[in-house]
Amino acid sequence: MTAHDLRRRATSRAVEAFCTAAVVVALIPLGLVLFFVISRGLPALRPEFFTHMPKPVGEPGGGMANAMVGTLILIGIATAIAVPVGVVSGVFLSEYKRSRLGSAVRFAADVLNGIPSIVIGVFAYAVAVMPFRRFSALAGGVALGVMMLPLIVRTTEELLRLVPESFKEGALALGATRSRAVWTVILPAALPGIVTGILVALARVAGETAPLLFTSFNNAFFSTRLDQPISSLTVQVYTYAISPYEDWHRQAWAGATVLIAAILFFSLLARFVTRRLERMHRGTA
Amino acid sequence: MSSDVETPPESGIRIRTEVRAPDPAPAATGTAIKLENVNFSYGQNHVLHDVSMDVDEKRVTAYIGPSGCGKSTLLRCLNRMNDLIESARLTGRVVVKGKDIYAPGTDVIGVRRRVGMVFQKSNPFPKSIFDNVVYGLRITGVRDRSTLDAAVEKSLTLAALWDEVKDRLSQSALSLSGGQQQRLCIARAIAVEPEILLMDEPCSALDPIATVKIEELIYSLKERYTIVIVTHNLQQAARVSDKTAFFWLGRLVEYGPTADLFTNPREKLTEDYITGRFG
Repeated sequence: MTAHDLRRRATSRAVEAFCTAAVVVALIPLGLVLFFVISRGLPALRPEFFTHMPKPVGEPGGGMANAMVGTLILIGIATAIAVPVGVVSGVFLSEYKRSRLGSAVRFAADVLNGIPSIVIGVFAYAVAVMPFRRFSALAGGVALGVMMLPLIVRTTEELLRLVPESFKEGALALGATRSRAVWTVILPAALPGIVTGILVALARVAGETAPLLFTSFNNAFFSTRLDQPISSLTVQVYTYAISPYEDWHRQAWAGATVLIAAILFFSLLARFVTRRLERMHRGTA
Repeated sequence: MSSDVETPPESGIRIRTEVRAPDPAPAATGTAIKLENVNFSYGQNHVLHDVSMDVDEKRVTAYIGPSGCGKSTLLRCLNRMNDLIESARLTGRVVVKGKDIYAPGTDVIGVRRRVGMVFQKSNPFPKSIFDNVVYGLRITGVRDRSTLDAAVEKSLTLAALWDEVKDRLSQSALSLSGGQQQRLCIARAIAVEPEILLMDEPCSALDPIATVKIEELIYSLKERYTIVIVTHNLQQAARVSDKTAFFWLGRLVEYGPTADLFTNPREKLTEDYITGRFG
């Protein structure tokens, strides 16, 4: 073995070691966050946490049932707003690739994606809170929906572009109109990826606190009304965490654990649904 | 068709390379497509020059020529698939069954319904076999289940695929083999009962066995349809077609009965090409 070979081998080893070390360093924060949240949250997590309402200060126990339902309602509203608008915009972008409006929309989506969530909260406050002079679940849903929108637009566009042109040609050759080809062939072909994109976007906004602080605000009581303030896991955790009470701190850790579990659940669901749909397409199901 | 026409070979694995004797002229064959001075270009790229030809009804017409000679482009002019290309321009007339399909106000959707197409790479939709076959019918608003069922059986039978898939119509079309997928695409095209079937190198991605099946299918389909096939495979042109057109750099060099063109070409260019001296 020549000196050159030896040196090459050593370099290869060194680079490999460096890459491995980088991965470990990148994973440390994730591991620590999970460790702290779960080690503190799990002991505070009792069945009643899921079924009970918050108790007044000084009374131990109680739960966050209202906050969990509230978060579900908020992301429900956000999805109902962002999915139709986002998917249809994504279709527009992939179908009219070079239109001027298309580039404007694409640029707007990218900018929107980079806007700090607190700013989106301020925006939702201006359009959905001020006119009605009331914090509401709807305003919170609007804020989260606006955050989901660019994610869904861009994922839909990217995935539609991956659909082979031959599908569209096949549909057109059978006498389909362009819109028909999109709705019946191209969109279904990209569906697994789009569903994943939606679930990922959902998981992302489910953990947002800032846009909710002055839109959906908080509510100490159980509420499902869209025109009233509503409690959410994130805001509840925030409120409890900055309080001076030991009880509330425990509840905050428990809430954080539930939040992480919920987000993990959405991510896993995304993978599962994608695989399922893809297998259906390939026909090995 | 008269009864003394050569019947297609049984489904044995046999690749004929000889030139088939021309079919005896059947009664009253008309012209399905009439091309008059067709010029086609996109941008500065002039692809077809003054192509004029008549395509016989219920016959197989083959387009041959080296890559880039414009044969596929011409095929795509016949059902206006070239409309998808920006800056495409066509002059001249393409008359399909008496109607100029480039006349202003032409219903392009209607043209594509009457002129079906099978592509080089099989392109079944990621849907079930059944849904693939009835796609063209469903988009015209056919909903009646028994009508759809009947169309599926008929089209798949014509495409010689029924026996292989009849028990798994609800499975994904992508679970079929390459050759089966291409036959499915043929079934899908004929389900809407077009008058003309265009095939753009339908066997180029298939193995020899699947190729034989498609060729037999083409042979049997010409009883019902006018077929125009683009092929790079000269033996295939010789085997399946009644007439052959040879293209060279966007011009129609020679067009005539397949047997004549292959055994006794009129043009030197044609002779050089079919004997493999270039191309």
